[in-house]
Amino acid sequence: MSTIEVDQAEAFQVQTQPAPRRRTIKRKTVNTIIWFVVLASITAVILYPLLWLVVSSFKPSSEFGQNPGLIPDNPTINNYIKVVEGIGGIPLWRFFANSLLIALSAVVGILISASLAAYAFARVKFKGVGILFACMIGTMLLPIHVIIIPQYIMFQKLELIDTYVPLILPKFLATEAFFVFLMVQFIRNIPRELDEAARIDGAGHLRIFFSIIVPLIKPAMITSAIFAFIWSWNDFLGPLLYLNSPEKYPLPIALRLYNDASSTSDYGATVAVSLLALLPILIFFVVFQRFLVDGVATQGLKG
Amino acid sequence: MTIENTAAVTQPTTAGPAGDGSAPAVSPRIRRASVSTGRQRANRRENVAGYGFLLPWLIGFLGLTLGPMIYSLYLSFTKYNLFAAPKFVGFDNYIRMFTEDPQYMQSVQITLVYVLVGTPVKLAAALGIAMLLNYRNKGSGFFRSSFYAPSLIGASVSVAIVWRAMFSGGGPVDTSLSFFGINLGGWVGNVALVLPMMILLAVWQFGAPMVIFLAGLKQVPQELYEAAEVDGAGPFRKFRSVTLPMLSSVIFFNLLLETIHAFQVFASAYIISNGSGGPAGMTNFYTVYLYKRGFADGQMGYAAAMAWVLVIVVAIIAFILFRTSNRWVHYAGESK
Repeated sequence: MSTIEVDQAEAFQVQTQPAPRRRTIKRKTVNTIIWFVVLASITAVILYPLLWLVVSSFKPSSEFGQNPGLIPDNPTINNYIKVVEGIGGIPLWRFFANSLLIALSAVVGILISASLAAYAFARVKFKGVGILFACMIGTMLLPIHVIIIPQYIMFQKLELIDTYVPLILPKFLATEAFFVFLMVQFIRNIPRELDEAARIDGAGHLRIFFSIIVPLIKPAMITSAIFAFIWSWNDFLGPLLYLNSPEKYPLPIALRLYNDASSTSDYGATVAVSLLALLPILIFFVVFQRFLVDGVATQGLKG
Repeated sequence: MTIENTAAVTQPTTAGPAGDGSAPAVSPRIRRASVSTGRQRANRRENVAGYGFLLPWLIGFLGLTLGPMIYSLYLSFTKYNLFAAPKFVGFDNYIRMFTEDPQYMQSVQITLVYVLVGTPVKLAAALGIAMLLNYRNKGSGFFRSSFYAPSLIGASVSVAIVWRAMFSGGGPVDTSLSFFGINLGGWVGNVALVLPMMILLAVWQFGAPMVIFLAGLKQVPQELYEAAEVDGAGPFRKFRSVTLPMLSSVIFFNLLLETIHAFQVFASAYIISNGSGGPAGMTNFYTVYLYKRGFADGQMGYAAAMAWVLVIVVAIIAFILFRTSNRWVHYAGESK
């Protein structure tokens, strides 16, 4: 990255005549300052809702609608104390545990199934690979609406409603093509010579997959794991459809309980629990932002 | 490397004692025969390996995607409430949708406004800010990450709750607007403002396409800009004649994915309206209405027909985008 910068700087210097050089440097500094100010203001606007969420969770409920400013007049941690107790006799940690169980299962399922499928698409020359790959890409464009109804009917007939199976099973079957595609792109960038060398040494596809490909696609695995976790953690429609008992609810549906119970009287509690539900994702984001952003960046570009 | 070679060395244990490669003194005819069976065996081995690795995906594709698609196509021609057996009604659901269901027509209308306004605005913001970030490398990493954050959390229930609070009467948005003398009151209960509020929530999540644009911008050869400058091109001309053509494949990708994504908005609208799609149906987006019809009212056949209409619409949009893409999408290495 820094080399590009150097190249640009050199090109810039070659083009400018020596005489007005000081003025251009000055103008460059001014441009940089403007650049920072503009981007910093955009950042302030973009991140304001999150800042508001954090600060407002310390406002007593009576201040909502009265004090639109950022700073609470009477900061309190009562919202958190109230929220941790839970709702409807179910403690808050239970919803966290449920979310965690579903999200971790999703991560394991997606890593296994997507990497296997990606290896087949990227490295094995089997009959029908072209058309199946097209089908896989096609599922990325398919609106979920058309499959949620029959899937619901199917899981209902199998008496799996109000279990986690409908939420977790699809992850073990690589139904989210995004992950398969991400890993296919990554495997295609691994030099084929590595496979071929292993093959000459007598390794089959299983050996090549486990001892060459899996270690080398670690970055794609990490990116996928983080996305799988976050998407599962945020998923609302799935649990809304399939779970009926409150003690099985993950956070997004539990949030609705808080929201419905307290939307008129107790905004403070709703805001506090919203922040708690977002916290794991925000921490993930701060720690793993590079993997996430680079993962998204490679998704759109070939090679 | 030849294929028969692979066959001989891939899995010597399963190849058994037949060992096709180890026949030094055979006539050319027999040799050719053994080579072709070797190739067949190699192909078969590749097929077994391919479908073996693909098995979980294949089960998922057939059992959770393709099968359900076909079943929902069948359901769309029936009346079905989950309890009694589906009753075949022909095109009744489809006809009812477009002739007797004003709620459906309104849902289509607001969803189209949301998609056709929200997506271009979001992509324009994404491209503009990506270009701003691309102006300078140093220090842009922090901004890139900050702008990406909303994409990650935007679909969550928490953000929907925050959004509703921020835009309600006496909330931060209302108060700051009244500071400038604009008194709109709360946006959430306002029939005219709730859809713009939802669009703003979508635009707020411009980070994901922005990151993809930025990666695309980094791949535009700097010489092109220099050449354009030598030819006397100003910033606007450079944008039109260098940036846009060089980014067209990325624009195409973002446009396709973001459009399809926008059609599926659900959680935020559901939370903001408490599941009602109100006020006056203005947040009754396609998915929200489909959910209400199918799962709250138990009209599975009707909901399936709604889903298929959407699939057809999305397919048409994708088809148009792909079809016209060879006119406006420029791939690197191709002459224009």
